[in-house]
Amino acid sequence: MLRTIGASSEDDLFADIPEKLRLKAPLDLPPALSEWEAVRTLQQLAGESRQLICFAGAGYYDHYVPAVVDHLIRRSEFYTAYTPYQAEVSQGTLQSIYEFQSMVCELMGLDVANASMYDGASAMAEAAVMARAIQKKRDKIVVSITANPHYRQVLATYNLGLQMPVEIAPRTASGLTDPDGLRDLVDDKTAAVIVQSPNFYGLIEDFEGAAGIAHDAGALLIAVVDPVSLALLKSPGECGADIAVAEGQPFGIPLSYGGPVLGLFAARQRHIRQMPGRIVGVTEDVDGERGFVLTLQTREQHIRREKATSNICTNQGLCALAATIYLSTLGRDGLRQVAETSAQIAHYAYDRIVGETELEPMFPDAPFFREFALKTKRPAREIIGRGAERGILAGVALSRFPHIDVDDGLLIALTEKRSKDDVELLLDVLKEA
Amino acid sequence: MSDKDPRNKTSPLIFELSQPGRRGTAVPQPDVPTRPLEELLPASALRQSPPALPEVPEHDAARHFTEISLKNHHVDKGFYPLGSCTMKYNPKVNELTARLPGLVDLHPFQPTSAVQGALRLMWELGEMLNEVAGMDAISLQPAAGAQGEFVGALLFRAYHTANGDPRKKIIIPDSAHGTNPATVIMAGYDVVTLKSNEEGRMDPAALEAVLGDDVAGVMLTNPNTLGKFESDIEMIAKLVHDAGGLMYMDGANLNALMGITRPGDLGYDIVHINLHKTFSTPHGGGGPGAGPVAVKEHLAPFLPVPILVQKGDGSYALDWERPTSIGKVHGFWGNFGVLVRAYTYMRMLGQAGIAETAQAAVLNNAYVSARLGDTYELPYGPGLHESVFSGAFLKQHGVRTLDVAKRLLDFGIHAPTVYFPLIVAEAIMSEPTETETKQELDRFCDAMLQIAEEAANDPEFVKQAPYTTPVRRLDEARANRQPDVRYRAG
Repeated sequence: MLRTIGASSEDDLFADIPEKLRLKAPLDLPPALSEWEAVRTLQQLAGESRQLICFAGAGYYDHYVPAVVDHLIRRSEFYTAYTPYQAEVSQGTLQSIYEFQSMVCELMGLDVANASMYDGASAMAEAAVMARAIQKKRDKIVVSITANPHYRQVLATYNLGLQMPVEIAPRTASGLTDPDGLRDLVDDKTAAVIVQSPNFYGLIEDFEGAAGIAHDAGALLIAVVDPVSLALLKSPGECGADIAVAEGQPFGIPLSYGGPVLGLFAARQRHIRQMPGRIVGVTEDVDGERGFVLTLQTREQHIRREKATSNICTNQGLCALAATIYLSTLGRDGLRQVAETSAQIAHYAYDRIVGETELEPMFPDAPFFREFALKTKRPAREIIGRGAERGILAGVALSRFPHIDVDDGLLIALTEKRSKDDVELLLDVLKEA
Repeated sequence: MSDKDPRNKTSPLIFELSQPGRRGTAVPQPDVPTRPLEELLPASALRQSPPALPEVPEHDAARHFTEISLKNHHVDKGFYPLGSCTMKYNPKVNELTARLPGLVDLHPFQPTSAVQGALRLMWELGEMLNEVAGMDAISLQPAAGAQGEFVGALLFRAYHTANGDPRKKIIIPDSAHGTNPATVIMAGYDVVTLKSNEEGRMDPAALEAVLGDDVAGVMLTNPNTLGKFESDIEMIAKLVHDAGGLMYMDGANLNALMGITRPGDLGYDIVHINLHKTFSTPHGGGGPGAGPVAVKEHLAPFLPVPILVQKGDGSYALDWERPTSIGKVHGFWGNFGVLVRAYTYMRMLGQAGIAETAQAAVLNNAYVSARLGDTYELPYGPGLHESVFSGAFLKQHGVRTLDVAKRLLDFGIHAPTVYFPLIVAEAIMSEPTETETKQELDRFCDAMLQIAEEAANDPEFVKQAPYTTPVRRLDEARANRQPDVRYRAG
């Protein structure tokens, strides 16, 4: 090869790098491992973490992933493919994204969806940025304090340069967004209102009321949802939301210590040209065959550069495929059953905990879906620590979130994976609390 | 010709396979006493009928997704000389390790005492990446390269704000990835685009002319998108630093440099690293990736929270008490599963393998450049790990770069990146990576040379390509005109 190149050594190929800038000594890295040694090393690392029966949520839920999902996403055709820029040899990826967008639209009750965002948090932040672009002369964002505090932190980070005024709407004592407080903050400078339901505490908010308040002032409503709840609850679109986002992890994606996960993003048809991210559309080829292409690319950074709607490029493609396969194999009845079993077991656990332990509900007056907050006498972290020793992840300690107006408490979530026996184990831990 | 392969037919949508009442996976019923839903959830919030998801048995879904998968080109099928994308082989063992119990099933809010293995993996990965980058501190949180860039631009802002003034502009060369200018705007800065010199590099004199105390810094990919090493980097970094600015390296092309030189030693303050390029994690048809951001010490206080720290007893913790941090960019700690794959890859490459990878990637590209350079023009000469050819010479036959790209698909080879960077007319950007053999490179070069001959002898044949793909040229204008982005029943 060097002869063809006309170089005398491999070093010659790096001639453009000034000699003095090149490394003089090898990097300080460990020696190479064989495959078996690497597997053993990773097994050791995995063994240093503990698998726990999971009652934690806070945006991230321990649903069962049917075997078929992982089996199919491990096909080389899917996971070793690049972004489908050459449509003629990417129809598998493109068609699956079209199907994904269709499912997201159906769940959200909206017209258009993109090919995914990094996660629910960045999806919410990008929705705020999109609302600002739609609204032109308005740039204020009003976000409910009951929205996930990590999502609100990510919004604050995305806003460091844009400097939209962001105001936090208060909640009532019942744990729900305060409609009067919200109305007071929404004005003729407001681009959008952000409300999450079920909210951070698991409580079901009034999207229709929030949409009314936003629209009366000419603002958009950005709805943040738990996507599993959409099998039972009215869609954000039906409630009047203009943009809806969600963390899509519950749809067939393992916990994997928080990532990779999946941002779902949907909007109204009239706003499609302000939507961030890749979008797949239907068309025909020269022989009249149906085919799929990336479309409306003039919104995107690789064409539009500094005038793009977002800088997003690589997204969470394989996670979107997992969600598409998950929703296909569960189907209409299956997703409803996941939601219903989760809700039933959660309410059963709630009743038992409130009836049999000293823990008290934090928000007894508002309905919840599958997650609820409890007041604890001792720090929630201690309860969780004790649970972990017994193989139970008893929930999430609210004290870890500095951006909420609750000092401490235990946030407990259940999914269809939790059984009566699991609830008994949880009760054993909580009774000592 | 389009129907000679049985796969070359339109596949029904999963929705079109749906029949009422069919079901796939069975879901557990609650094993506790239940109550009517109306008692649990407010009646006003309930939807009237479930969302119209497909109703298919599991094997129909398995067949459907298998059928459509076969229409993809992918790394395990064939060559992918996609410039700037580093489509190297994805080692299978990475898929095994990323799914080990104890890694794949950890909830992000598990107490840190119960996730020490995961944290140690992240710590060691961060140490290795810092060593490769020549940097002092790192955040593994960004979910992709563009999010890493965004973090970088916000670090510019945080650093300058701490010094009293966020400044107004960020300078990028005209060869930059589109994400660079888009990122600059998202971070609230103005873009100053600097024209590259005749070598395709940033010109220190031109840079000096636009530097000033309103410039937050420079974003400079290295090697740049022409594959050229920015050989004036030392002077550029000095000029920028003397003007009080910062140097950001888009690390998309780190595959050319790792183990040879280090961004930190070149004068950069910040670099993002695409684990889904340089460190072999699969592209997944468009993600997930990961874009860790490594920085010099003076920028460490501004990195996203939480920061992973090692405590005196050797255990690991997440530090949230960072008052000057830019905050969070991801709901949790980043794309952990991607980090596991990259960690596995780096441990298997080891000390020697890292540099050998860069050498082999550069050698492969030099070979392709040498074989094709006489036919396809190289306006800026060969690059390190990638070269940008021009298809402009084909215009005399009425053939464009797009036609070459489409014709190449008939050879079972993915097209190079085309029409980028913008500073090369009819650009054909080829990056072979280190994982291809000489035989495969020859097959690619032979195909490219054959296409050039076809273009001269039978241009119409090239302009109608491809012929063997599941669909042929698609009408993108139509898709744009009447966007149909979702299935609707009936």
